[in-house]
Order: sequence, then structure tokens, then C-alpha cells
Amino acid sequence: MPQVVTASRLVDGIVVFWSHGGWVELLDQAQVLQTKDDVEANIKSAQADVAANLVVDVFAFEVKAAAGHVEAVTLRDRIRTAGPTVHRDHGKQAVAR
Amino acid sequence: MYRYDEFDAAFVKDRVSQFRDQVERRLSGELNEDQFRIHRLMNGLYLQLHAYMLRIAIPYGTLSSRQMRKLADVARRYDKGYGHFTTRQNLQLNWPALKDTPDILAELASVEMHAIQTSGNCIRNVTADHFAGAAADEIDDPRPYAEILRQWSSIHPEFSFLPRKFKIAVTGAARDRAAIQVHDIGYQIVRNRAGEPGFAVWVGGGQGRTPMIAKKIRDFLPVADLLAYSEAIVRVYNLEGRRDNKYKARIKILLHEKGAEPFRVAVEEEFAARNDGALRLPQAEIDRIHAYFAPPALKARLAKPELFDARRNADGKFRAFVETNIAQHKIDGFGIVTISLKPIGGIPGDATSEQMDIVADLAERYGHDEIRVSHEQNLVLPHVALDDIPAIYDFLAKHGLATSNIGQISDIIACPGLDYCSLATARSIPVAQRISDRFGDGERAHEIGDLKIKISGCINACGHHHVGHIGILGLERKGVETYQITLGGSADENCTLGDITGPGFSYEAVVDAVETVVDTYLGLRTDKSEDFLTAYRRVGMAPFKAALYEKNPGADI
Ligand code: SF4
Repeated sequence: MPQVVTASRLVDGIVVFWSHGGWVELLDQAQVLQTKDDVEANIKSAQADVAANLVVDVFAFEVKAAAGHVEAVTLRDRIRTAGPTVHRDHGKQAVAR
Repeated sequence: MYRYDEFDAAFVKDRVSQFRDQVERRLSGELNEDQFRIHRLMNGLYLQLHAYMLRIAIPYGTLSSRQMRKLADVARRYDKGYGHFTTRQNLQLNWPALKDTPDILAELASVEMHAIQTSGNCIRNVTADHFAGAAADEIDDPRPYAEILRQWSSIHPEFSFLPRKFKIAVTGAARDRAAIQVHDIGYQIVRNRAGEPGFAVWVGGGQGRTPMIAKKIRDFLPVADLLAYSEAIVRVYNLEGRRDNKYKARIKILLHEKGAEPFRVAVEEEFAARNDGALRLPQAEIDRIHAYFAPPALKARLAKPELFDARRNADGKFRAFVETNIAQHKIDGFGIVTISLKPIGGIPGDATSEQMDIVADLAERYGHDEIRVSHEQNLVLPHVALDDIPAIYDFLAKHGLATSNIGQISDIIACPGLDYCSLATARSIPVAQRISDRFGDGERAHEIGDLKIKISGCINACGHHHVGHIGILGLERKGVETYQITLGGSADENCTLGDITGPGFSYEAVVDAVETVVDTYLGLRTDKSEDFLTAYRRVGMAPFKAALYEKNPGADI
């Protein structure tokens, strides 16, 4: 299953996604990685930003295509990538896609 | 209320500058996350699902208007304009940036507040009865003792790295509003035969994955021995508590494995061996701290509260508010007002900065500048003249804060759950919202009567589900939220842990299941005076189980 590499930004804790050597804030802008090797290689590159004190807690999570968007597979990751389900005005879901 | 002395002020100020330095060193890369984590946790800063979360201590749940306004201001300027009052009488901000936290802590220090020891394996913020100093049934105000414990336990060198976190609660009345039997130590103020005040000492209660009710290890501890005895308990725990397994590290496990009686003996021996008087509280010091908590000079109002009575007779909505949200004050003509943070369909415990300001205004104008946070996630104005309550009610109603549901089915405790918490296995807030919407605060809720629903989003039980009359625990099974229901729990002086009904229910089905439980209760109670808990204790699980699983044969496992 395709995956996206993610982390929390050190300075403000905001969830960020890996995209071609840098970090973006919206899942739709993230680099979707199709193979296990690709995931491992990108996690490794992303870890360099942990050492550089830009992000913490790098990991990869599974995604799928949904209505023209990328969507996390598990509920936890969906909430993490969108924002609280009880506050649609906060988190990434508040930003117009 | 307590005011910082020079020592307190310098200590908190020092901590802010230390933390500022630590944050700077973290951001510059001098400290890595492993080195920094302990520092941020010691200052109440967690990294959660969406962002950092700052847990601000509200010692024994007592706030002045000035402090409440500062919380509102900080939430507005550094966060998203709201905060979440928790079951430990703290306030959590959900979106602060790491770079801003030293400034936030400096702002808090300016009103004698901090976030110290709201995390980590230390003695946490000491909680107390939210009606302290006001309740008609109180023997003595528990807050002076909570404050003495706070001073003693703050950066206590011996007890800063305990096997696990350690929670103390103090109550001053026989009626337990502080859930002391589910704390590591619960102190209950009692009087001995000579009429002297002291404490009944409860140890080893707790919730989480292994819920246990505390055991009483002393019927009477003289108040002067509060610290010496606390030291003996925590020392025995610190030395003998397990450090090999995080899930077995709380004092409740030690008490359970060692046995209550051998544990009690070990504490008494430690207490006797060290009780050289060094920690004995001088009466002058007890009196000095008590003086900070002296009740406002309330003159008993002998005349009938005319405005109050007239409004109560004329206005059904006001009458409903009085019935649920006003408790008896120790002085005639006064009342204790609970402001519900459980609007129908709202998020339990959340308050916007505007609402915090409104409560601060009311406290200043009508409430002798005192506000309390209850562990049930509501706010309290403890000293209000009955004749002022109509005006207070109108002001609250204007700002959506006059929900008349305290103690009712929609007065739900819910932890942040999967909407915010990185440890969660399921959401809890939206379940609370749907239950609240289903039952409301009208005739139906009134008919149901006293019913405490408590919801946790994982086994850690921050939402106190084990002691809910109806408890709901959100779990995850094969990637899907599932909710286990317990019945018959209670956190008061007759503390019990709830019994699991059976297989759990899906997110969609859980509210129907709660309704089935409630309807079953309504069908079997002797009359309206038999509340849910009493009825459950009389009939047991069988009728509820039958109704739940015969009616819903498709309940999820
Ligand atoms: S009970 Fe679990 S989900 Fe709820 S706040 Fe505590 S740790 Fe988080």
C-alpha cells in the first residue's frame, strides 16, 4: 500500500509531510511512496532533518486515493492529517485545499 | 486565596528562565529531543497528535478573576482562543508553539501560575473538593492542606523521579466530591472524638488499565503530621514500587502485591522511625496558610432572598437551573453556582477565551473574585448571594453558559480522546456530544435524574470511565473504534468500579446502547427517587445485559 512520510515540526509541533527532500503542511502536497524501498530511503533522508533539529518523530503511514485526494488509511492518521473531528475549523482541514 | 511569597515567586520565575534557556538550546540544536523531552515534560509541555499541548496547573482548582483572564488572554494570543479544563482541575492548551512556551509561562508567572509538575513521574498538581470553603457539609477547608502539600512536593529532591506519576486529592467533607478513593493518596478531613481535625488516609486508588479502589490505612492522622506521613508513604513507594514495568509501577500495584496490611505497617514504621519532628507542621504555619483561604466576609442574609424566590416562582427555566446548578452554601442566603461547560452537543470541558472572561467578570462582580474548576470539568462560583443569582443566570444565558444539567445525563466527563491525544485508541468527545444531543437538558433528562456518564478514549482512563454510573471506554479493534460499556461505577464516598456489560459497541451503535441502558433503568426503578446507581445496585447487571444484547444481537465484539 502506498505510504507518506511524516513528522512533527520542532518549532511549533505542527504535522508535516515529506515531499521530494522537504516538508509540506498538507497531505495532498505530500510525496506518495509506492514501494517499501522508496519508503525506507525517504525515511532515511527525512531523518537528517531530525538531526538538523527541524522535525521530530519521523514515521511513514499508509494512504489511499479517495475522491481525487490522498487520504490516510487509519482513523488515527486521518485525524492527525486533517485536525480534530470535533473542530472542523482547526487543523489542516480548515485550510482550503 | 493563596498568594505567592518571595520564595514561590522567585522559584517560578527561575523555572521560566531555565525553561527559556532550555527551549533556546533545543531550537539551536544544542539539545536533541531525547535530552530535551524531560525538560519540556517537567514544564507540562507534551507533543500530541496535531501540535504541542501545554497543561497548566490550577492548584486545587482555585482561580481568581485575574488568573482566569490571563488564561483567556494566553489562549487567545498564543493558541486558538479556547482551552480544555481537565479531570485534574488543570487547563490544557491544544496548539501552543514550542517557541512561544517560555513567553506563555512568563505570562502565567505574572499571575502566580505555572505548568510545573503537570507531567512526569512526580507528585502532580494536588486536587481538592471544588466546593471547598463553601459547602454546607464541610468539616474544614481542604485547600490549606493541599497548598502545604504543593509547597512540600514542588521539586522535592527525593520524589522527583518516582516509579510513576503520583496524584493526591484532599476533601474536607464526608461527601466525597474529589474522588479521593481513586487517587494514589486521598486525604479526607475528619474529627476525632476530642473534636480535633485530622485526616483519614486512603492509599492505592487509581484508574488506568488496572483500576483499584484505595484502602484506608489510617482512620485518624493529626493534621500536624500531614507531611511526615506523606513522606513515609511516598518513600515506601519510591523504594519498593516497581520500575521494571510501566504498567505495574503505580502505588496501587505495590499495595496490591505487598498486601494492604504489610504496606500499612511499612508506612507506620517509616513514619515512626523518621518522625523526629522535622516535618511536623507548627500550628502557627497551619494557621498562616489557613488565613490565605479565609472565606470572604459573608454576612448571613436573614431576610428571605426575595429576588431569588420571585424569579424561581415565576420562571420554569430559572427553576430548573436552580435545581441542578446551585448547591447549598454554608452561610444562609448564599449559594454555590456551578457553571456547566457541557452545553448540549458541546465539547465537555472546553471554554473559549470569551467564556473565560465572562466567568471572570461574574466572579469579580458577584462572587468575591473566586472561581473553581471541578474535576467534572465545570466551573464554579463558590460564594454567591442568592439574590444575585437571577442576574448571574441572565448573564450566563446571554453567553450560552446557562445549561441546566449539573449531575444529569448530559453533564458528561470526556477526555480529549483520539481528536487530540496521541495515546488514544478511539474518540471520546463526539460520543459525549451525541449522547448529550440525544438526551438534552429538558424534560427527558430531568425525568432520568442523576446519572454520571464518563468517557475515556483509551485504557489510561483520564475520562474516569471506571467510576461512571455509565462508563464508556473507547478501544480499537481491527482498525475500527469500539466502545466498551461499564455500569455501576461511582467516584464518591461509596466508591465502586463499574462492571463491563459484555461485548463492545461500534461508534454508530454506542449511543443507542446507552439509550437502551437508560430506558431499562426507567422501566425498572421503583420510582423517580431511585436514581440510576441505586437501581443498578439493587438489580445488578442482568436486566441491562438482557436488554443490551437481546435487543442488539449484532453488537460488535
Ligand atoms: S484516556 Fe487515553 S485518550 Fe483519553 S486523554 Fe487519557 S491518554 Fe488520552
